[in-house]
Amino acid sequence: MSSPQPSEKYVVRKEYNEPIEAPDLSFKSWLRWIWRQLTSMRIALILLLLLALASVPGSLYPQRSADPNGVIIYFKNNPDIAPWLDNLQLFDVYSSSWFSSIYLLLFISLIGCVIPRVDVHYKALMAPPPQPPTSLSRLPAYKLLANTDKKYKLSKAEKYLKSKRFRVVSEKGSIRAEKGYLRETGNLLFHTSLIGVLISVGLGGALSYSAQRVLVEGETFVNNEAGYDSYTPGLLFDSKNLTPFSITLDKFETTYDYVNPNNYGRPLDFIASVTSKLANQDPTTEVIRVNNPLQLPNSKVYLTGNGFAPVIVLRDADGKVSFSGPVVFLPQDSNLTSLGVIKNPDAKPQQYGMMAFFYPTVAKLKTGALTSAHPEIINPLLTLNVYVGNLGLDNGIASNAFDLQTHGLKQVAGGKSGVKGIKLERGQTAELPAGLGTIEFKGIKRFASLDITYNPGELYVLFFSILTFFGLIMMLITPRRRVWIRKTPEGIEVGALAKSRDESLPKLVKEITKAMKKKD
Amino acid sequence: MNSTVVLNPELATLSRIVVLAALTLYSVAFLVLAWALTRRAGAKKAKDSFANKLELVGISLMTLGAVVHGVGVLTRGIAAQRVPWANMYEFSITGAFIVTAIYLLALIWRDIRFISTFVSGFVVLIIGSANTLFYVQVESLMPALQDYWLVIHVSVAILATAFFMIGAALAATLLLKESKFINNSKLKGVKIIKNVLNVFPKSEKLERQSYQFNIIGFILWTFTLIAGAIWADKAWHRFWGWDTKEVWTFIIWTIYAAYLHATATRGWDGKRAAWLTMIGFTAILFNFTIVNLYFKGLHVYSGL
Repeated sequence: MSSPQPSEKYVVRKEYNEPIEAPDLSFKSWLRWIWRQLTSMRIALILLLLLALASVPGSLYPQRSADPNGVIIYFKNNPDIAPWLDNLQLFDVYSSSWFSSIYLLLFISLIGCVIPRVDVHYKALMAPPPQPPTSLSRLPAYKLLANTDKKYKLSKAEKYLKSKRFRVVSEKGSIRAEKGYLRETGNLLFHTSLIGVLISVGLGGALSYSAQRVLVEGETFVNNEAGYDSYTPGLLFDSKNLTPFSITLDKFETTYDYVNPNNYGRPLDFIASVTSKLANQDPTTEVIRVNNPLQLPNSKVYLTGNGFAPVIVLRDADGKVSFSGPVVFLPQDSNLTSLGVIKNPDAKPQQYGMMAFFYPTVAKLKTGALTSAHPEIINPLLTLNVYVGNLGLDNGIASNAFDLQTHGLKQVAGGKSGVKGIKLERGQTAELPAGLGTIEFKGIKRFASLDITYNPGELYVLFFSILTFFGLIMMLITPRRRVWIRKTPEGIEVGALAKSRDESLPKLVKEITKAMKKKD
Repeated sequence: MNSTVVLNPELATLSRIVVLAALTLYSVAFLVLAWALTRRAGAKKAKDSFANKLELVGISLMTLGAVVHGVGVLTRGIAAQRVPWANMYEFSITGAFIVTAIYLLALIWRDIRFISTFVSGFVVLIIGSANTLFYVQVESLMPALQDYWLVIHVSVAILATAFFMIGAALAATLLLKESKFINNSKLKGVKIIKNVLNVFPKSEKLERQSYQFNIIGFILWTFTLIAGAIWADKAWHRFWGWDTKEVWTFIIWTIYAAYLHATATRGWDGKRAAWLTMIGFTAILFNFTIVNLYFKGLHVYSGL
């Protein structure tokens, strides 16, 4: 990423013409050779292209970071190749060793290139414009004003260049001028800020945490590790630092479009009304919506999903309540056909579980299968298949609340069991088969999925990104130009040089000569 | 609480017809401009006044097309009661309009008439596919899109794409001009292409102009990336999460960053840099079409 240095090399871009040095046998010079290669612009360019290429597979294969469920499905569908791909870290591309080594090399290359340039640029900023090259006529823009012409005045050129905000040094019979230092300043600002972005992303990630919690209407959760359904702390985050607060979901509402036939029944807004309470403070009521997280000290609470939680009461054959409460069902389609699992490990005489579908507005497909025709509750129905047997909850191994391992269980209602599945409308109670007792579909609540996150690096990432952006503008729109004017036996020479492709350089020379001729 | 927005499907249908009228104008412009180009290539004299006139007619037709097109885009927005860029159809028609507008405005500043055939052809292709493949009626915004960042983030992305498109057109011209196959071929058909290419500016000039459009595109793309991250932090509880669309935005940014380094590296400027431009723009098209339609991710806004 080194670019031509402002020095005498400027003119001929000498560093590009130097042959790549053959490594001699000494270890030290070999290291130096590697270092020079690594910090060269060509390597930076190749590393950038490699980085682009290495990013591609992350969009082709599901990533554990963005789509963990997709990875599980991929493993299920491609059991043969998935482990191989996993060995190549293709499900964790952006934290893989090969991806990391590319960007680390890139940043080493960047640091190695930028740091020395800061010093060079600082010196250039402090120093007057450099001495002219021996032959001005070889510059990309050049004009010789013949000696006979006495009307040209150097003082006027100086005045003109100063009006164009050049830094001018006028000596006897010669002028040297330079402008556009902002180009290199911007370039350095851009690259150093990129380092800032990387460090803030890295440190921020390590000091951050994210957690999920599904909250049914009326439920409260306390912000600590035990309060979450899942919790992912960064490497350096200490759970003791979690801000103590509690959130109660008072109400969850969805507004639907009932006006426009084009998107009739489509959700327009999700509104989670919550009460949040910080330690030693009065509770406040707030609203969380998509695009509108709740800001609490050191954490933000986002609304990421919602659905229905039918309230179920299960009684044993003797009438004793063995389970009572809302059960979270996962939405399967846009009309909120929802799938849920009810486990009753406390049932007597034996444990049983149920796979259930909930339809907010039940309708029949042509095939006879049930579906939901609308996401709001108009004609709700709950259907259940019942399985008896050991649910495997007693061995202490955490199990997925949304998955019923039917292997080893005996189906006693629904499917091929010979007994019809159970269908319940709201408020109804039904007898369970095999003398298991009864089930009551008592009511319907809504739930909200909340994400709780904290990332202290965020603001720094933003700050450095903005610096990067301004550095980029400065460096790309500022032309850096040098002008030399000198009296020679042949006449007055005007030469100009730019650090980048600069098509208006001849125009600048023309303007200077015009200014030199101008009468007062 | 927001009251339900009332959409206007009749106006949307009218808007579609207006856009199709613009498509017709662009198509005629494309034919006239292509004629001007072949005429210029066949001309014995350096200056062919008839070709100049044809070019003027073609560019005027494009301008007229752009005015009609602008009305179409505007009415689409009014029909939907929001910015007209919330699904593939709308991205396409607004994008095509911005490409044309930027190109026509750039003509005031730079004489790049020679790519007019290319630009008008490209615009015809976008509107054509928008109308046949991506068309959807006006719909309300889903909650995730109801934010002012939709206005900022997407509009700047479209603007960046327009600049990159013109940069790529210039780079493509350079590559054709420098193509050894075309220059050495003795085939008659290829010779005609060679003659057409001969009327285009010198490679150095093409390279410079392409660079100028690409750097503006790059600045705007950087902004898109930052704005996208700010919005993602607000809507998706993280500023960056390697969502497929984020990945491709990053890939495009990296390719153009490599391009910028190439333009300052001896041996990598000229043709190689032009190839990088082509790769970068291909990635943009890929991001807009294949990623939008077939890749799984959070940016599921194609409307299809």
